[in-house]
Amino acid sequence: MKIDRANPLWRFHGITPMAIFFFAYLYLPIIVLLVLSFNENRLATIWTGFSTKWYSVVLGNDDMLRSAKNSLIIALSSTIIATIAATLAAMGMARGRFRGEGGVAAMLTLPLLVPEIVTAIATLLFFIVIGVKLGLLSIIIAHTVFCIPFAYLPIRARLDGMDPALIEAANDLYANEWQAFKRITFPLLWPGILSGAMLSFIISLDDFVISYFVGGAGSTTLPIYIFGMIRIGITPEVNAISALMLIISIVFVSISFLIDRVRY
Amino acid sequence: MEIFTRHKRFWLVAPAVIYIGFFMGLPLVQMAYVSILERGANGGVNWGSFSFDSYISFIFERDLMDNLMVNTDYLQIFLRSFGLSALTTVLALILGFPTAFYIAMQPQKRRNMFIFLVTIPFWTNILVRNYAWMLLLRNGGLIDHFLASVGIQTGGLDILYTPYAVSIGLTYTYLPFMVLPIYASLEKLDHRLIEAAFDLGANKRKAMTRIILPLATPGIVAGAILVFIPCLGAYVTPELLGGGKFMMISNLIGSQFGAARNWPFGSALGFVLLAMVLLAMLVYSLKFKKLPEDAS
Repeated sequence: MKIDRANPLWRFHGITPMAIFFFAYLYLPIIVLLVLSFNENRLATIWTGFSTKWYSVVLGNDDMLRSAKNSLIIALSSTIIATIAATLAAMGMARGRFRGEGGVAAMLTLPLLVPEIVTAIATLLFFIVIGVKLGLLSIIIAHTVFCIPFAYLPIRARLDGMDPALIEAANDLYANEWQAFKRITFPLLWPGILSGAMLSFIISLDDFVISYFVGGAGSTTLPIYIFGMIRIGITPEVNAISALMLIISIVFVSISFLIDRVRY
Repeated sequence: MEIFTRHKRFWLVAPAVIYIGFFMGLPLVQMAYVSILERGANGGVNWGSFSFDSYISFIFERDLMDNLMVNTDYLQIFLRSFGLSALTTVLALILGFPTAFYIAMQPQKRRNMFIFLVTIPFWTNILVRNYAWMLLLRNGGLIDHFLASVGIQTGGLDILYTPYAVSIGLTYTYLPFMVLPIYASLEKLDHRLIEAAFDLGANKRKAMTRIILPLATPGIVAGAILVFIPCLGAYVTPELLGGGKFMMISNLIGSQFGAARNWPFGSALGFVLLAMVLLAMLVYSLKFKKLPEDAS
């Protein structure tokens, strides 16, 4: 192989093996889990043959399906509310300064800073005090809070990359604000909105800690269900359901990133 | 030219800000308030009767004679959390720095692919990621099998449900947060700068410590904070890989709202954790965020 001498890596021999080790460390557990989910054996870690039977077992499990349905309801509701609020906020924040801008920016990123467990118990106490029944609704309310920044950031990034001259031109041509939004801003912004929505959807779908604390008896989500299963033990059912979650996340995130790369 | 007038911007920003303020700001304030209340007789709190018991019981406990005795149980959990977080940060740096450097030295097109590969695990379910490590680490698990097949008989690895397993899991969970900021600071590094150092007679060590590391420092600091802070608040990893035997701060807080039913104490712990996180962010933003501007 030809050594690329313009690239400083050839001088530092240790770097490449470390990077290879890094990616192996990062992906080994994921690959092992995916492979073992197709293992026909009851003992979840010894390979004896290929089978998709654990997927059928899991997909035929009513409790699992019920919790998956709860998770979908929660993720869809909080994504829709959060994306609308985040889109509006991003348009209000983009370009030009205003008083209190720093405070608003801090508020919009606050949910990313506060440790999950603190959010969970503070919200739990708050719901108990103001009398919100613990269940699907309380989880949706809590998820919307941390979905807002995840939706906000890609939308804001997209807006910042937009050419301001386009809006100016629209204004010069006598478009009112709504027309300018409908004809110019939105068509350029939608990849950001969609990408933000997909990220909040996946973040909500995957959340465990907050749902665990602010949920009630009838609102078991998929992660809470999986947690209960893991607690009991390592079984092929857990392998299959975990692999499913893994695939859903990876597909969603990949799509989200691809959409975000749509050109202006 | 602004897209919207000031007045309209206020109404655009309002829903998100009011929502977060009401459902996160208020609960946090209320949590701080509950932390200085008296514990109710059968769980809950006595509204209106103040007490600093929660903060006192962090270090002391009352014996039967109502004397205060030093109790280091909780302190140990805090120290363990700090220790594990520090260890995780160091491990993440050892693995993350070479990787970030490696990615930064790749051609532009390939960099984006590598960065995408680094971020993917972050978006996958944290329970699933930790469960995957249970499969690998447990006795009779994959690593055990591998060691046996190359002739190292361990007779059971006995690593799952130990602090080592927790540490491996934490490093795995927060590693991407180390790579991304270091990559960001090395991304613009001019290859010729390193060549120039070698031309001027620097050896590898010199080139690394005089050229590369100083340029990477802002990224390393940011990465260290981004790993250390969430690590301190880790809940799932100690629960699964530590088997609930090696509590970290979050698990202790959670237990106060479960079996222990001591809301004021749980709130006090939560408030302390939150204060530490916000303080670290504040120090960071005051000390490091300003640097590039000052330098220019």
